[in-house]
Amino acid sequence: MTARESQPATARGYEPVIGLEVHCELRTETKLFCGCRNAFGDEPNTNVCPVCLGLPGSLPVLNSKAVELAMRIGLALHCEIRPSTFHRKNYFYPDMPKDYQISQYDEPINVGGFLELPDGYRVGVVRAHLEEDTGKTTHVGGGGRIHDAEYALVDYNRAGVPLVEIVSAPDLRSAAQARTYVAELRSILVATDASDGRMEEGSMRVDANVSVRAAGSADLGTRCEIKNLNSLRSLVRAIDYEAARQAEVLESGEAVVQQTRHWDEKESRTVALRSKEEAFDYRYFPEPDLVPVAPDPQWQTDVASALPPLPAERRARLRQLLGAPAAPGAPWDPGAPPTAAQEDQIATVVEHGLDELVTSAAEDGVAPSLALARTANEASADPHRARGLDRRAYVSLLEMEERGQVTATQAKAVLAELLERGGDPVDIARRRGFEALGADSLAGAVAVVVGAHPNEWERYRHGEDKLAQFFIGQVMKVTKGKADGKTVVAELQRLRG
Amino acid sequence: MTSGPASLLSAQVRAGERSAVEVVERHLDAVARIDPELHAFVTVLNDGAVAAAAAVDTVVAAGRDPGPLAGVPVAVKDNMCTRGVRTTCSSRILEHWHPPYDATVVERLTAAGAVVIGKTNLDEFAMGSSTENSAFGPTRNPHDPSRVPGGSSGGSAAAVAAGLAPIGLGSDTGGSIRQPAALCGVVGMKPTYGTVSRYGLVAFASSLDQIGPFARTVSDAALLFDVIGGHDPMDSTSLDRPAPRTATVVGDGVDGCRVGVVRELYEDAEPAVRAAVSAAAEALAGAGAVIEECSIPEVRHALPAYYLLAPAEASSNLARYDGVRYGLRVDAPDVESMNAATRAAGFGAEVTRRVMLGTYALSAGYYDAYYGQAQKVRTLIIDAFRRTYEQVDALLGATTPTTAFAIGDRVQDPWAMYLSDVFSVPSNLSGDPAISVPFGSDDAGLPIGVQVLAPALGEPMVVRVGAVLEAAAPPLGQPRLADRALLGGSSEPS
Ligand SMILES: [Zn+2]
Repeated sequence: MTARESQPATARGYEPVIGLEVHCELRTETKLFCGCRNAFGDEPNTNVCPVCLGLPGSLPVLNSKAVELAMRIGLALHCEIRPSTFHRKNYFYPDMPKDYQISQYDEPINVGGFLELPDGYRVGVVRAHLEEDTGKTTHVGGGGRIHDAEYALVDYNRAGVPLVEIVSAPDLRSAAQARTYVAELRSILVATDASDGRMEEGSMRVDANVSVRAAGSADLGTRCEIKNLNSLRSLVRAIDYEAARQAEVLESGEAVVQQTRHWDEKESRTVALRSKEEAFDYRYFPEPDLVPVAPDPQWQTDVASALPPLPAERRARLRQLLGAPAAPGAPWDPGAPPTAAQEDQIATVVEHGLDELVTSAAEDGVAPSLALARTANEASADPHRARGLDRRAYVSLLEMEERGQVTATQAKAVLAELLERGGDPVDIARRRGFEALGADSLAGAVAVVVGAHPNEWERYRHGEDKLAQFFIGQVMKVTKGKADGKTVVAELQRLRG
Repeated sequence: MTSGPASLLSAQVRAGERSAVEVVERHLDAVARIDPELHAFVTVLNDGAVAAAAAVDTVVAAGRDPGPLAGVPVAVKDNMCTRGVRTTCSSRILEHWHPPYDATVVERLTAAGAVVIGKTNLDEFAMGSSTENSAFGPTRNPHDPSRVPGGSSGGSAAAVAAGLAPIGLGSDTGGSIRQPAALCGVVGMKPTYGTVSRYGLVAFASSLDQIGPFARTVSDAALLFDVIGGHDPMDSTSLDRPAPRTATVVGDGVDGCRVGVVRELYEDAEPAVRAAVSAAAEALAGAGAVIEECSIPEVRHALPAYYLLAPAEASSNLARYDGVRYGLRVDAPDVESMNAATRAAGFGAEVTRRVMLGTYALSAGYYDAYYGQAQKVRTLIIDAFRRTYEQVDALLGATTPTTAFAIGDRVQDPWAMYLSDVFSVPSNLSGDPAISVPFGSDDAGLPIGVQVLAPALGEPMVVRVGAVLEAAAPPLGQPRLADRALLGGSSEPS
């Protein structure tokens, strides 16, 4: 539907209103109501027992670690922790062993918080409640789709895995903002060690409630819930599509019908699943097999005091390192504002939990901007190894680069090896023959290259600046990468006169 | 106080006077002779029981203590999971289901040296008051085989009454232990909710279900309760404290106890039953109790509330029988049709009726009027009992409005059948303990049961009162369908 893509809702004078429901699997050792392993990717139906298979006579026993992680999430989202209860949500589905899901309903553990986006915008968090995950169905034969499959296989390893569902207020106003919200939420989940936040493995799943309204209006329009958003990319595309679709419906004088819609990634559109009238009657009632959960104040205090610094706080710290303001919009020293690129770098470093690399290097006297750039642009490519990087080796490499002992290109190569195998950066640079060329020998190399490419040189001389890149490449070839790009350009400009 | 056959057998086995194998074989022999007509059992564990008994004998031979129920045969209601032994709930849908685990109560029985000799018949999924709703045919009342044994734990009640086992386990959701105990002339106790683990009890109505003992004497019931009771980390609703001990206080008497006779728990009963309650009150007075007439009007609303709450929970508990993972499966082109066909073929009429009723009671738009209202009634009843127990230590009433009715009599009239539980349901709603003790018979010689209720964790009180009533009870005729030698206290080999 390219027409809609070319005519977004905002271009038609409509404002999207978005609320997100994010399900995240908790990183507990065991499942929510039994002692089975909570693990992704194991042999199907190996992490099962009478409880999570819903065998007759089995009973759930609440995993207190899951309660603790739910509290961590709640506290990180500034929620109030309340005494809570579980309900049964009844509906038939083959991958749900009991044909009901145990979930928190009208008395969730966390209520009334907010999430602050990196730009300072606050998104309300209505609730963050505990519930159990379902199994996973695989349709086999006939192309693997539900309707023409020959049979289905169900893996119950995931059944009973603890989830927290985080429900935002309808405070988001664009697909990009929704994306930022999910990315920020993921950082918080990872930072608090509550979830690994992997959308691709399904440990973090997002449903979007989307409506549109005339720009400037305060009313809420009729919303549609979009399911099957498996990546940040599909989240953005689906919201944009859906907002445009609704805008078009309203423009044509019709009304948006409240329904659940499915994002079809291949067709790039949302498709109606069921309308409000066809919605399931889940027949919620209090789960009689469980007792209320009322974390005592001491437990709450313990969890709160063990909470690590959250992404917003960590970003502020990195901004401070750069001599920038602690919060967006706060008064700051105009001498050192973080550039947009640096803001991105800060976000990347925090997202991958690499703050420590930057701060420790800065404490050792490395320029924060360099430490930030290398960490965000290079080290973050392998965040797991980067977190294990020897601090002293990393600082030593950055100092070599600062002193001009290696070029930026060489520094990146040394870092790659450091990440891969460890070692002393000085040794690595020497073994690889990395030494930044002194200005004299570099001038010679530039002269050789200029002489070998008279046509290009003529054009460069007459102001075709982009040919500088060509000469840098040639000089790199001649010097086997030992030249520093900036120095080459300086020499070229000197020759041009 | 008479010591019961279970404690006698256990004492003999522990002393090495009789072997557990011989005791168990003797009972299995009685089952083989009598059960074809009685039909108390769905499954008899012939080889398994003898092997378990042999293990008990090995312990005795090694000079160790096999436990307080050493070598005692037990009849277990077929809605409690037994590892590797089919557990059917008397339903087609679980006819061939073999659980991979033991219920906590079964584990505790085994640990106490008891030997499970069979799984007993019940109304399908414990829904019924006559054991006629079993998919495998009704159980007969040992006192009159043309009559029902009561239900839903009719199989265990009949087995104990007929001497096929000295003790048995039942589950009581609305009277399913006490009502068949009354109709079969044995002792049956529903403990405080949360004192006996429900882990491994196939759920009917989770907030009401409670496992409890059947026995021929109050002291045996107390002995069995002490073995199965106590906290279980596998059941979140299990009370996190030791269960009260009862066996040691059974003989403590009732001197000075205040006992209230509850008008609503006998006045609508048939004359012989009312007379038994009066006689029981007099007997307690004779033993030194202070008898007070009292009224708890709220209990009149118990039955309607129960018939909303229990089916509502059941509709959810029984959803899992969908043909996907275990039990019966009737194949169909798609999963929804397979679910429907399986359930249609697997569930009997009463289960279907209650699942539909419960589904309706929980539906959007009806929840507040039905389920929500019933919960409020439940709260009122709990409060009413609490107030009453500020004045008295225990309550007395009838267990059932009538004695055993004829097989087939109430099958077509669900409401008449439901009324069988009118005196027993209040204790399930309140969660408090209650015991039914035989107290004479009607003109036809059919047993009458009287009921003793106490506040939560008042098991010691109900067994004390129960034992006094047992001692004062008019003699009850021998059942027609029974192993007389096993009943007669003659536990010697015949
Ligand atoms: Zn499990």
